[in-house]
Amino acid sequence: MAAKEKSELNGVLGWVDERFPLMETWKAHMSEYYAPKNFNVWYYFGVLAMVVLVIQIVSGIFLTMHYKPDTELAFASVEYIMRDVPGGWFIRYMHATGASAFFVVVYFHMFRGVMYGSYKGKRELIWLVGMVIYLALMAEAFMGYLLPWGQMSFWGAQVIINLFQTIPFIGDGLSLFIRGDFVIGDATLNRLFAFHVAAVPLVLVGLVFVHIVALHTVGSNNPDGVEIKKLKDDKGVPLDGIPFHPYYTVHDIPAIVVFLMVFFAVLFFVPEMSGYFLEYANFEPANPLKTPEHIAPVWYFTPFYTVLRAVTLSPFMGTLAMFGAIACLFALPFLDRNPIKSWRYRTTAHMLNLAIFAAVFIILGYLGVKSVSPEYKEMGVRMTEIYFMFFAVIFIHSKANASRYITGFIVLMIAIILIDVIRYNGEDPITAAQIKWQWIWPVGYLALTLLIPAFVKSWNTEGTVPERVTYEH
Amino acid sequence: MSYSDSDSKTVDPKRRRMLVASTAGVGVVGAAAFAAPLLASWMPSARALNAGAPVDVNISKIEPGQLLRVIWQGKPVWIVSRSQEMLDALESNEKLLADPNCSVTAQQPEYARNATRSRKPEILVTVGICTHLGCSPTYIPDFGDASMGADWKGGFYCPCHGSRFDMSGRVFKNVPAPTNLLVPPYYYKSDDLILVGESGGKA
Ligand code: HEM
Ligand code: FES
Repeated sequence: MAAKEKSELNGVLGWVDERFPLMETWKAHMSEYYAPKNFNVWYYFGVLAMVVLVIQIVSGIFLTMHYKPDTELAFASVEYIMRDVPGGWFIRYMHATGASAFFVVVYFHMFRGVMYGSYKGKRELIWLVGMVIYLALMAEAFMGYLLPWGQMSFWGAQVIINLFQTIPFIGDGLSLFIRGDFVIGDATLNRLFAFHVAAVPLVLVGLVFVHIVALHTVGSNNPDGVEIKKLKDDKGVPLDGIPFHPYYTVHDIPAIVVFLMVFFAVLFFVPEMSGYFLEYANFEPANPLKTPEHIAPVWYFTPFYTVLRAVTLSPFMGTLAMFGAIACLFALPFLDRNPIKSWRYRTTAHMLNLAIFAAVFIILGYLGVKSVSPEYKEMGVRMTEIYFMFFAVIFIHSKANASRYITGFIVLMIAIILIDVIRYNGEDPITAAQIKWQWIWPVGYLALTLLIPAFVKSWNTEGTVPERVTYEH
Repeated sequence: MSYSDSDSKTVDPKRRRMLVASTAGVGVVGAAAFAAPLLASWMPSARALNAGAPVDVNISKIEPGQLLRVIWQGKPVWIVSRSQEMLDALESNEKLLADPNCSVTAQQPEYARNATRSRKPEILVTVGICTHLGCSPTYIPDFGDASMGADWKGGFYCPCHGSRFDMSGRVFKNVPAPTNLLVPPYYYKSDDLILVGESGGKA
């Protein structure tokens, strides 16, 4: 970034450009950042995530002007925002809807990365930073949910903070340290408020910056998984690249408009989303004596919540499984070692694996909002098994090799049978019956992704990645 | 590390490494000294440490099957009066329980290490906090309750992750909660008055 003698810009901008890398930055990230020309709808979600980030920060600042982080005042101050502050309801609903919208957008964004293998080819760091963003986002959402000091706020925080208590040896001290009291109280509310409004947002903004810098250093992937930088014209511009500005800036605007239309439709017509965005039990002030009869976390946490409920070996194992479910996602770039990036050119077995994983994630989420019946409980266990096996299977699929599939199939089957042998208790006939019939899910999964592809050639054939991106129009 | 030509004439790499290492070392100590008071501020304040005196509970008006809630150390404590029918049914659960004989000694004082987990059989005193992750379970006294199944002999259901406890606060197998509910120290000051938080002189 050498200082320029004379800027190509005039006037004030020129004056600044001679003292600050204005044009240089603009060119590197906008007018001379070459993005693949075959982006599809899945590529809108990154920009949309940034739009939501801005919505959250702005609405959050204005909420902070009226909110009071005090167990005696918090609940009433939120009611005051909803009823008395001019337009307060709008600001609060914007923030609450924004939280859910954030996760909708980020889940699509992440699944795009999985489909197109966007964590490969020097893009591991983009993925890892993305995962840290995801973690920070979950922490931010959890802490924000405590602030209204309703019933769900209190009991949700009780459970989450007690997760740390299950850690052997240090658990009691650690959870006491987090709470700042023997029970969740003023100390807890105040510190989580500080994190929610200052510490985590700062970290998030910093991480998004690093995410983009890493992306622009390596260059975007695309639905074909073709590296556009391999083929360049004589000016060094990728043949399949177009400048981000004006092409994608303009291209993104309609997407943002459509997104905002949906966003505000939700905000004005169904801001509580029948209890999924704002839970009804949270319209009652926190009562440390009584847990609400139906308690479930907000929808975006429910898949992990089901994993927690499914693993009943010991509370610590449950906690480990829950955090492990997130940790596995971090490892994805190092598990999926197949050189082909996009699922378009990979085997049917791999496509099935991804599709089933997405379905299982949704089923886990659905089970998390239901209370535990023997049937749902067992289904939670089975879906948890598939969730974790996905990571083993994606590793096995790194090479489309039949004998590798069969070995993998046998190992995973043994693991499932072992887990069932440990769990089985003939004296509890209801659970035993569920264990027996719901065997079908993990076995079916392994059959579809490993066993059948090992024998049916057409399920295990890789395509050829084209030289150039494919493009319809 | 590499140095440019002009550097290599004047720089003594060993000396530089030593200086870098020692400045870094002092920096780390400084950072730790800065972090320590910040982190220490997270521990419970003197005010929080002082809460937690024992509480008196008058049980003269409690009816069989009824549950009273009081607060002790910021947590709910339940006083449950069990009917004869409930007491008689305790034994039939035992095969399904994880720890029917109270072998985890930390979960109750010595005088409550029995099937009723209490000093007097009818009255159960227990901390109403699930031993899994700390929700307060729901009291479901009715036998064969529709949502709990025909075998249900009364007890507690935790709405958070589905743990179940019997009428003595003993945990069932195959649920997330690992241990029976905690019985706090308590004693009868008189037939009608329980003090929660102390075991009394003669335990
Ligand atoms: C605050 C949240 C986030 C923001 C604002 C954000 C922003 C962006 C933007 C603007 C892009 C480029 C446009 C696009 O490819 O869609 C991008 C790319 C990417 N992001 Fe994110 N992101 C966020 C969270 C995440 C998370 C949670 C992950 C996954 C763990 C992730 C993984 C990726 C990957 C792998 C790419 C490269 C995609 C490709 O080149 O095909 N991001 N991100
Ligand atoms: S807190 Fe009671 S089951 Fe988890």
